[in-house]
Amino acid sequence: MNVVKKVTPADSDKSTAEDAKSWQANYDKMIGQDRTTRNRSGVAIEPLYYPENDPEGDYAQKLGFPGDGPTTRGIYPTMHRGRTWTQRQLIGLGRPEDFNERIKNILRSGASALSIIPCNSVYRGLDCDDVEPELLGTCGTVINSEEDMDISLRDIPIDEISIGLNDPSPFTMLAQMLVVAERRGIPWTKVTGTSNQSDYISHFVANHMFYRLSLPGARRVLLDTMTYCAEHVPNWNGLSVVGQHMQQAGATPAQAMGLTLSTAIQYAKDCQERGMDPDKFLQRFTFFFDISVSFFEEVAKFRAGRRIWNNLCKERFGATDPKAMRFKFHGQTSGCDLTRQQPLNNIARVTVQAMAGIFGGLQSLHTDGYDEVLSTPSEDSAKIAISTQNILKHEAHLVDVIDPLGGSYYVESLTDAMEEEILNVIAQIDAEGGMYKAVESGFVQQMIGASALEFQDQVDSGEQIVVGVNAYQEEEDAASRPVLERPAKEDMEAQIARLTKNKTDRDQAAFEKAMKNLREVAQSEDGNIFGAEIDAVRAGASQGEIIALLREELGFGQPLVVA
Amino acid sequence: MNEVLTTPARVLVTKIGLDGHDRGSRIIAAFLRDAGMEVIYTNPWQKIDAVVKLAMEEDVDVVGISSLATDHLLVPKLMKALAEADLAHIRVVVGGIVPDEDEADLIASGVSKVFHPGAGREEIVETVDALAKAAAKDRPLD
Repeated sequence: MNVVKKVTPADSDKSTAEDAKSWQANYDKMIGQDRTTRNRSGVAIEPLYYPENDPEGDYAQKLGFPGDGPTTRGIYPTMHRGRTWTQRQLIGLGRPEDFNERIKNILRSGASALSIIPCNSVYRGLDCDDVEPELLGTCGTVINSEEDMDISLRDIPIDEISIGLNDPSPFTMLAQMLVVAERRGIPWTKVTGTSNQSDYISHFVANHMFYRLSLPGARRVLLDTMTYCAEHVPNWNGLSVVGQHMQQAGATPAQAMGLTLSTAIQYAKDCQERGMDPDKFLQRFTFFFDISVSFFEEVAKFRAGRRIWNNLCKERFGATDPKAMRFKFHGQTSGCDLTRQQPLNNIARVTVQAMAGIFGGLQSLHTDGYDEVLSTPSEDSAKIAISTQNILKHEAHLVDVIDPLGGSYYVESLTDAMEEEILNVIAQIDAEGGMYKAVESGFVQQMIGASALEFQDQVDSGEQIVVGVNAYQEEEDAASRPVLERPAKEDMEAQIARLTKNKTDRDQAAFEKAMKNLREVAQSEDGNIFGAEIDAVRAGASQGEIIALLREELGFGQPLVVA
Repeated sequence: MNEVLTTPARVLVTKIGLDGHDRGSRIIAAFLRDAGMEVIYTNPWQKIDAVVKLAMEEDVDVVGISSLATDHLLVPKLMKALAEADLAHIRVVVGGIVPDEDEADLIASGVSKVFHPGAGREEIVETVDALAKAAAKDRPLD
């Protein structure tokens, strides 16, 4: 279909020339100073390759030009030829001081945004004085208070850098960060970034790590937060719809995409019911996907997903602004593909995964450290992960041409086939009454569980080869494996002491008043919970205290389906 | 004695600590159940006391702990709590992401076996079955 043909006068009206001209104009406007791109053999590399003729109208309908039409080839006219992607490494370890030191190193080595991963105790909504001390800070940073957040972001220009918070409902980290910005005199309009782990539905489906509130409670807090941010923090992406958990839990790539889009459909409906304008709120939707090592399947998954979302925005929600139809996504290379055996092989796996995400047209990328399967990534492995991205950009020249795989017989055929599979999943969820209901009933969890077992059986039977695991095994010396970093006991004791001091030193009357107000807002139907939460943080409330209170009022999250 | 050996193995599959990644524990529960064992499965985030209580009430032979994010550091506490409850005959296995340097500590605390990523279905089923038989033999007579 996508073969370059000579334009003949007879079908010149079927030429793509007009669309190409319009794309070129947008490209020129957006690119600024284009790079001169010639390969070492002297061949000039154009930013985009496309057919000159489109006799059946297939190209316009299914692919179109980047930044236009179905956006299969990318959401911006310039894509990676212009601005590449955000290099966002997720890190978190130890105390806020440790995080701060490490993030500054990572920024120096080329990362262009930061992301904060809190300790599992924070995910569970517990303060550090409330959990088994040996677990503190082993998987993420212990951030309980505004002071902890302030230390984590010391010397970081939070008005200039995009910040990803791994911050599930009720978004206490965002509240802390906004209060830090306020104290530093930074207007909230300058704060940019994303609430990762804001997709509470995904937590009930697959990653039970992150929920803290009941399903209906989380639903309300998300909508309150999105409403609040639309008004006060307009450049904050309050919603990141997560496909990653589902794929990590065993969903196939097509299922993961279908379920993610169904989740986004649910949130969009909820926002519309709140009276929000789709042309506005859809601009703040972002997506977060797993990138597995199954290269072409992943490329096709992203291209098909982008096409479907573009259509959905128009057809289901009546969006008219092209900005509202953009399928902006962050990709993370899949930790599930990494092996403990011969761990350095993981660098090769991560490279292929990253390439699939880049050819899939992502906006932001996290590459895993090769030792992630052994422990929280070491500093060295995190640096290799960033270098991998830089090598793909600058040495492999993957960013010179937009959608370089577009037009490949295989890739286009696979994109169409994946689209069909994905639409089939969306139809199944529609038939269940939408994603919220399909998760409440356990339908989705069962679908994913079955796929997980099927894949495991393929690995066990050898049908799916995993190098070093069920083939090409080698005797290994365990002592050669990297040494772990774990926080020192004294450091965590100091952390607990700091929180205790925070709790003792604060103005207790102001704290009580803010907590009472938060409770009343949570009990009432109206009033904005997130706004009340920010007031509580200002008054010195810790995340554990806020979450405990909201759990009392809105219900505690529990898995909906057991085994 | 023969009667004991023909009873299906009873296995508690659970997660302690803070992590909630439960793909592994669900898959293992399904494997063991498919192999004919009686599996008691719980949600993640169990407290050690709760695991001991459940192990006693359900009269299990084996406790399987899935740990992907350092929760295995609590397993020595679990071993101690089981012993204090006179449940030392129960065999404990741990599966997931357990760094080599921690494995020795777990084994020293009395854990029977640590499964790492890549452990096959057959190996897991056979090991758990053998451990269950050993536990049944060691169970104190009422």
